[in-house]
Amino acid sequence: MSTTLSATDLTKIEAHIAAHIGVPGGLTPLMHAIQDDIGYIPEEIYPQVSKAMALSVAEVHGFVTFYHHFRTHPVGKHVLQICRAESCQAMGSEQLETDIKTKYGVDYHETTKDGELTILPVYCLGNCACSPAVMLDDDVHGRVDMGVIEEIVSEVTNHG
Amino acid sequence: MVKVFVPRDSTALSLGADRTAKAIQAEADKRGVDIELVRNGSRGLFWLEPLVEVETTEGRVAFAPVKTKDVTGLFDANFTDALSSEAQAHALHLGLTEDLDWMKKQQRLTFARIGVTDPVSLDDYIAHDGYKGLHNALNLSGEEIVQAVTDSGLRGRGGAAFPTGIKWNTVLGAPADQKYIVCNADEGDSGTFSDRMVMEDDPFVLIEGMTIAGLAVGATQGYIYLRSEYPHSLAILNEAISKAYAADYLGDDIQGSGKAFHLEVRRAAGAYVCGEETSLLESLEGKRGLVRFKPPLPAIEGLFGKPTVVNNVISLATVPIILDKGAQYYADYGMGRSRGTLPIQLAGNIKQGGLVELAFGVTLRELLYDYGGGSASGRPIRAVQVGGPLGAYLPESQFDTPVDYESFQKLWAVLGHGGIVAFDDTVDMSKMARYAFEFCTIESCGKCTPCRIGSVRGTEVMDKITSGEDNTKESHAKNIQVLRDLSDTMINGSLCAMGGMTPFPVISALNHFPEDFEPKNKAKVTSE
Repeated sequence: MSTTLSATDLTKIEAHIAAHIGVPGGLTPLMHAIQDDIGYIPEEIYPQVSKAMALSVAEVHGFVTFYHHFRTHPVGKHVLQICRAESCQAMGSEQLETDIKTKYGVDYHETTKDGELTILPVYCLGNCACSPAVMLDDDVHGRVDMGVIEEIVSEVTNHG
Repeated sequence: MVKVFVPRDSTALSLGADRTAKAIQAEADKRGVDIELVRNGSRGLFWLEPLVEVETTEGRVAFAPVKTKDVTGLFDANFTDALSSEAQAHALHLGLTEDLDWMKKQQRLTFARIGVTDPVSLDDYIAHDGYKGLHNALNLSGEEIVQAVTDSGLRGRGGAAFPTGIKWNTVLGAPADQKYIVCNADEGDSGTFSDRMVMEDDPFVLIEGMTIAGLAVGATQGYIYLRSEYPHSLAILNEAISKAYAADYLGDDIQGSGKAFHLEVRRAAGAYVCGEETSLLESLEGKRGLVRFKPPLPAIEGLFGKPTVVNNVISLATVPIILDKGAQYYADYGMGRSRGTLPIQLAGNIKQGGLVELAFGVTLRELLYDYGGGSASGRPIRAVQVGGPLGAYLPESQFDTPVDYESFQKLWAVLGHGGIVAFDDTVDMSKMARYAFEFCTIESCGKCTPCRIGSVRGTEVMDKITSGEDNTKESHAKNIQVLRDLSDTMINGSLCAMGGMTPFPVISALNHFPEDFEPKNKAKVTSE
């Protein structure tokens, strides 16, 4: 395990842990709170989490790795989730995935070298009447093509 | 002052509704036109979003789709006086929303307020018949509420179609110091968005439904297990819940009745299998979402080992109208054992995608062509997948099937959560079959072997079938047999629907579209 966590982040995490002690089923909201705040769940905090939540470190690790949403490494400043589910496939999302990967030079779960953009697969954004759909950070975009992708990505990153 | 409505539903936002709303407000300010901008839910005509409505003495008039570039022109045409001849002459003028073909034949019961009201206005909710059901329920015993739900014929709208009243009755009869109401809002099926619409466009109806469920079975705590992919739903639900608390519609003393019900939203974390109720409960308890053995049923030993009602969003959101207008009113809609209405979602390659709520009995063909307007690409619709990624593919010859649980079951298909995904004739059904296995590989909780390993073997067999390798007629036939055997093992040997229904899309694709399962590289097929 690395120890790259800053003192500020550690303090934030400790506050989240303290706030979730005794909350029924509190591990899920705790992990959300940590990831929302610092962007990922550092493995080095597993011992503190396990102690506070009365779990083994293995159980905490098992929990984090079970869920697609949780990640143990930082991602780029912006996250582009591309829907891979059937409705979007029916509207050509497979080609879109390929084009996005080519355009930004990254595969799924990878981040552009400048740290600006991470792309992730997602299975349904609930925008199926306007497929294909993507979500850039917390904003869903419908009926997208490469033109739309380039436009929305360029609004928040240096990628033209 | 004239009311102008611009939806805040996610799909409307995904097509620029926020920008449209801002542009309308800015232009009104600039011109000194006195408007009240209301951010309503969506009517569900998603191909027309952003759909802007203007209030008139005749009803609301729709203009759509309104992009920012259209705003100046709309003001030039005096669109805020929507009955004026100039406004009616505008290219985006559609007439009264209620009179649109798409709307006027619908039977909106669960979705009665959706697109009409401001989702986070409790006053608006109450002015449109909100909380009438709860007030009736407060004067009834738990047994009487359960009886009403049973008599309505309501069945679980999440997909399993289990009678809601019977489930509630089990929880009612289970003695315990604590019981729970859990709303399954982990709407992960591709082609579905009705739960999301309820949560974003009419959140109080879900809160009311869960409160009634709590009164019915004696539960004082509710959780909404919401998928993490719905950030807008989260914000809107939390806003509505805090307003409900402030107005004593939630809390320790609901409307002075002395009865308590508390409600909290819990975010899921991107695991499809957590839409399965026991996996969901594990996840709510802060564990890996591993599916539990049943029995015990969640109704007896559910969340934290206590009796728990687990219902889908639509099931719970349908309860208020049943308690308001009576069980018979609801049961009068529908066909056979499928009573009431189903919010149907048209998605995929469809010209007019959106939300259609109708009584059970409408056919797929009516939905795809009368409402959907055919494919978006203009090519023939070759197949539809109904009921999400675990639902069967249906060919054109089955499009006259009525939307009814039993009619679908007869075809070895499922209605599920009412999502219909259309594919045109460019679809390769062997790829869709392979994808079904791939999805199962990614999403399997890993507890049982047929699902965990079977899905991986399934993708391998599909690759063998279509790759052009191993393609003598004999080996092709053998591979198809392996595919069928594997599917049989998954169906009969899996603990839950994840592994148990993944073969539905696979085998239906194989049965209805065998030509797509021929080896892709025919040159390599030998006739030995």
